[in-house]
Amino acid sequence: MFRAKVLIKRRPSILDPQGKAVEIGAKHLGLTNIKNTRIGKYIEFDVDTIDKTEAEKEVSNYCDKLLANPIMEDYEFTLSEWTPSEKEAK
Amino acid sequence: MKEPEVTLELAMEHGLNEEEYNRILKILDRTPSFTELGIFSVMWSEHCSYKNSIALLKTLPREGGKLLVGAGEENAGLVDIGDNLAVAFKIESHNHPSAVEPYQGAATGVGGIMRDIFTMGARPIASLNSLRFGSIEDARTRYLFAGVVKGIGDYGNCFGVPTVAGEVYFDESYQGNPLVNAMAVGIVKKKQYASAIAKGEGNPVMIVGSSTGRDGIHGATFASEELSEKSEAKRPSVQVGDPFTEKLLLEASLEIIKNGWLIGIQDMGAAGISCSTTEMSKKGKSGMKINLDKVPLREDGMSAYEIMLSESQERMLCVVKNGYEDRVKKVFEKWDLHCEIIGEVTKDGMLEVEYEGETKAVLPPFDLVLGGGAPVYTREQKEPSYLKETRVFDFSSLSKPENIQEVFVKVFSSPNIVSKKWVYEQYDSMVRTNTIVGPGCDAAVIYIKGTNKALAMKTDCNARYVYLNPKEGTKIAVAEAARNIVCSGGIPLAITNCLNFGNPYKPDVYWQFTKAIEGMGEACRFFETPVTGGNVSFYNESPDTAVYPTPTIGMVGLIEDLKNITTSYFKNEGDLIYLLGEDKEELGGSEYLKVIHKKVAGDSPQINLPVEKLLHDSLLSLIKDDLIKSAHDVSEGGIACCLAECCIINEEKMLGAEVKIHIITRTDFSLFSESQSRIVVSVSTNNKEYFESKLKEFNQSFTYLGKVGGESFKINDEIDLELNKISDLYYNTIPDIMNSEK
Amino acid sequence: MDSFGERSEMRKPKFGVVVFPGSNCDHDAFYALHKVLEFDVNFLWHKDTDLKESDVIILPGGFSYGDYLRTGAIARFSPIMNSVIDFANKGGYVLGICNGFQILLEAGLLPGALLQNISLKFICKDVYLSVENYESNFTKGIKDKIVLNLPIAHGDGNFFADENTLKELEDNNQIILRYSSKSGNVSNEFNPNGSLKNIAGIINKNGNVLGMMPHPERSCNRILAKTDGSLIFNALVNNIYN
Repeated sequence: MFRAKVLIKRRPSILDPQGKAVEIGAKHLGLTNIKNTRIGKYIEFDVDTIDKTEAEKEVSNYCDKLLANPIMEDYEFTLSEWTPSEKEAK
Repeated sequence: MKEPEVTLELAMEHGLNEEEYNRILKILDRTPSFTELGIFSVMWSEHCSYKNSIALLKTLPREGGKLLVGAGEENAGLVDIGDNLAVAFKIESHNHPSAVEPYQGAATGVGGIMRDIFTMGARPIASLNSLRFGSIEDARTRYLFAGVVKGIGDYGNCFGVPTVAGEVYFDESYQGNPLVNAMAVGIVKKKQYASAIAKGEGNPVMIVGSSTGRDGIHGATFASEELSEKSEAKRPSVQVGDPFTEKLLLEASLEIIKNGWLIGIQDMGAAGISCSTTEMSKKGKSGMKINLDKVPLREDGMSAYEIMLSESQERMLCVVKNGYEDRVKKVFEKWDLHCEIIGEVTKDGMLEVEYEGETKAVLPPFDLVLGGGAPVYTREQKEPSYLKETRVFDFSSLSKPENIQEVFVKVFSSPNIVSKKWVYEQYDSMVRTNTIVGPGCDAAVIYIKGTNKALAMKTDCNARYVYLNPKEGTKIAVAEAARNIVCSGGIPLAITNCLNFGNPYKPDVYWQFTKAIEGMGEACRFFETPVTGGNVSFYNESPDTAVYPTPTIGMVGLIEDLKNITTSYFKNEGDLIYLLGEDKEELGGSEYLKVIHKKVAGDSPQINLPVEKLLHDSLLSLIKDDLIKSAHDVSEGGIACCLAECCIINEEKMLGAEVKIHIITRTDFSLFSESQSRIVVSVSTNNKEYFESKLKEFNQSFTYLGKVGGESFKINDEIDLELNKISDLYYNTIPDIMNSEK
Repeated sequence: MDSFGERSEMRKPKFGVVVFPGSNCDHDAFYALHKVLEFDVNFLWHKDTDLKESDVIILPGGFSYGDYLRTGAIARFSPIMNSVIDFANKGGYVLGICNGFQILLEAGLLPGALLQNISLKFICKDVYLSVENYESNFTKGIKDKIVLNLPIAHGDGNFFADENTLKELEDNNQIILRYSSKSGNVSNEFNPNGSLKNIAGIINKNGNVLGMMPHPERSCNRILAKTDGSLIFNALVNNIYN
């Protein structure tokens, strides 16, 4: 079993209105050194296989087709192997 | 940065043809720089230059009536509505961006049309939209439909303008190439409207609003090509909308316009800085010198070419009166918006662009723009061959249905007929507290604060009719929009149009376009509703099919007295139901033919303009005399569907009806015929005689149909359905389809 | 005078309508309170701290800062909000409508949170609301009207609170409005957004801060054939000054 951790961000060339507006809030808080705020998504899930190559392929597919919007987002992910305990496996 | 050498080949990659490239060489008397080529290519793209349509558009009635600013003169047309007020309105397409990224495509479509309105100095008061998708049974269609609706909603809701009316049709011809047409309506004090002009040597030129990124570079040329596999590769040109920033831009712009500190202002839509600088200069017969180093950028390493062509949203170009720049800056700073002086107006009539110490472009604005030196073409046209087949369709060959009630249930639950509540409940239709009649009726009615008046507004187009008969079908689109305005108690004022067609280089498409314009011109002249402007969207084709020619009409009418406001649903038990107008059993292009017999064939219904006009005049007169309780026009689905809607449109108070419809030849034909110039009205029994005598006086044909009342909907001895049953079909069909996991 | 509901002669109270960047019901609140109900009204700019001697502060609907990040999260740090929080803590009357309700929650003036609608869709329509508490200064005196008919228009109106908070709200009679049928029946069928226990509006313990998702300011004008909202404004004015 692999635990996948996916980070999705808007491509640098694509406007991020959220980040821009949130940064105004930072100014109100007096946090003047904050710059270039960009907001993304973090997604976690398990991949039920022991073959890492297969897991990578499936996660990429998931990201390409569903999780990320390839028109304006980039993604990166990590996979870490773990063994479900008997209890969790149920 | 080293720029590529400009050659014919490079020009052709930019979508210019050899003739156009040679024309550029002749205008400049030299080879253009790379930046200049980029500017020419976007300015001469179909999207900006209207090169294949402008010659025909000029045949439309573009003045007269109460028009203060005609088509093409400013960002939007302007119509006098009395009380020292004017209404600005326009419709525009965002079809191709929405096909690639439905949410952002639709959102930026709304944003763009709103900017057209408020750069006139008008405060947007209403948003409308006209949408076309493929079959709703298809999963991709549902994805596009849901995304477009959410995009329109999220943008308009946040921006704070109510979305009050619209139309949605599903038909296979739009599979792969949906149509997303957004319309905005605004109000401005007559003498306070702003112009998109640059003049007065030395006046500073400012860029305001968002910073500039690489968004949508070549968006304009992208919109002018057929959607194909190649478009996939062009994906990064999708722009992202920011309604929050646009809301700030709205408030700041209206503030500086009201204070009279501006010479001119223009929205940056397609072709960004290129378009706004050249169009404003051309209009003022001026030049402009700008320095791109001053443009606030969102990304590093942008070239002059990219900055000139960027289509980043929520930006405007302002020419400010000399000496007022600090005051203007202060307003934008108050709203946390960028505002930079990037140059000044010159008198040499040239646009000069500097960047990083180099002159990147020196061009004559006149030669770049529509109405100036941009190319104008009339294309070859030929009647499409499909018409030979559709015209000779023999209706008597259609099998007679045994059970009319079953047929009614099928037609009435067609996604094209049922309520679009699933859509419009996602739109804030009430913000600004002017919405007297919101979505769901014939036309929306928006109160004009401080007066006793209201505006009625609607978009309309039955593209199947236009496909079967482009001229007649387009006349019908205008007539139906006007009929809807009249049904709500308004007098039609003017129209805006969004002309969605296929590739104009195909002779049959160009023939459709030509005929549609002819029909539109004829109808608009007849109803004295001039064209205030609009938008042409060609190349609406995907590899499999061409879309139906879809000339969407957006119409605005004036309700001179609030007491004239009329709605489409029955009001009280016992009221009498009448049909104004006559049936001619016309089934060509009807919903019945499509749903029951799976055919799009025949000729479109015919329209007699004087008959239609008489109907409008009669109804308005009866409304003024307070004789009409409800009025609803007969359209898709014929009189059967029209009557059913009258029973259930008001969900708070549904009322049954029992009517007798005269059958001409066949029950199915008479109940579902889509003959034009017909309106169903309801009248109080007390007024029966007066009502009938007035109609005779007008020479308006009418038929008594029956009475309002009961818990059922009954037609002849053929249909007898409980109100709950028809309201379930009407309100739950689309939610059921959208919520099902298919 | 164009007035609705009972309203006795009184000193004219002053309303202050806060304008955040992205507020879009600020002008509607101003129009309803000033032009229709004829109260004194001032706009209060978010970058200022002066409440201009207002008796009642309105946090209007809209999308302050685009509602990016979380609804109301950024507006809560506007300079004006420090003054509003002080004002409320001293017993001043504050009414947060829609986005204003969301800001009140972020500012900690009311308990709970507003999540995305259960349908995941923005929803705009007229709803019926059962008035659950007639003792508050926002509702006292509108007793003949068991159910109010007001518009909602929001994407994040799904009220949530943990068990203890909910119990406290119920024990202290802090729930003012619940979504209901036309006859006042509160059940899941009439819940438009998934709100916990159909909650549409709550008040703080001291009874001076009300947050509600429905829009009373959209329902004050006879021309729009909607007037139930004016009952709340008039009740408040009557109860504060009589």
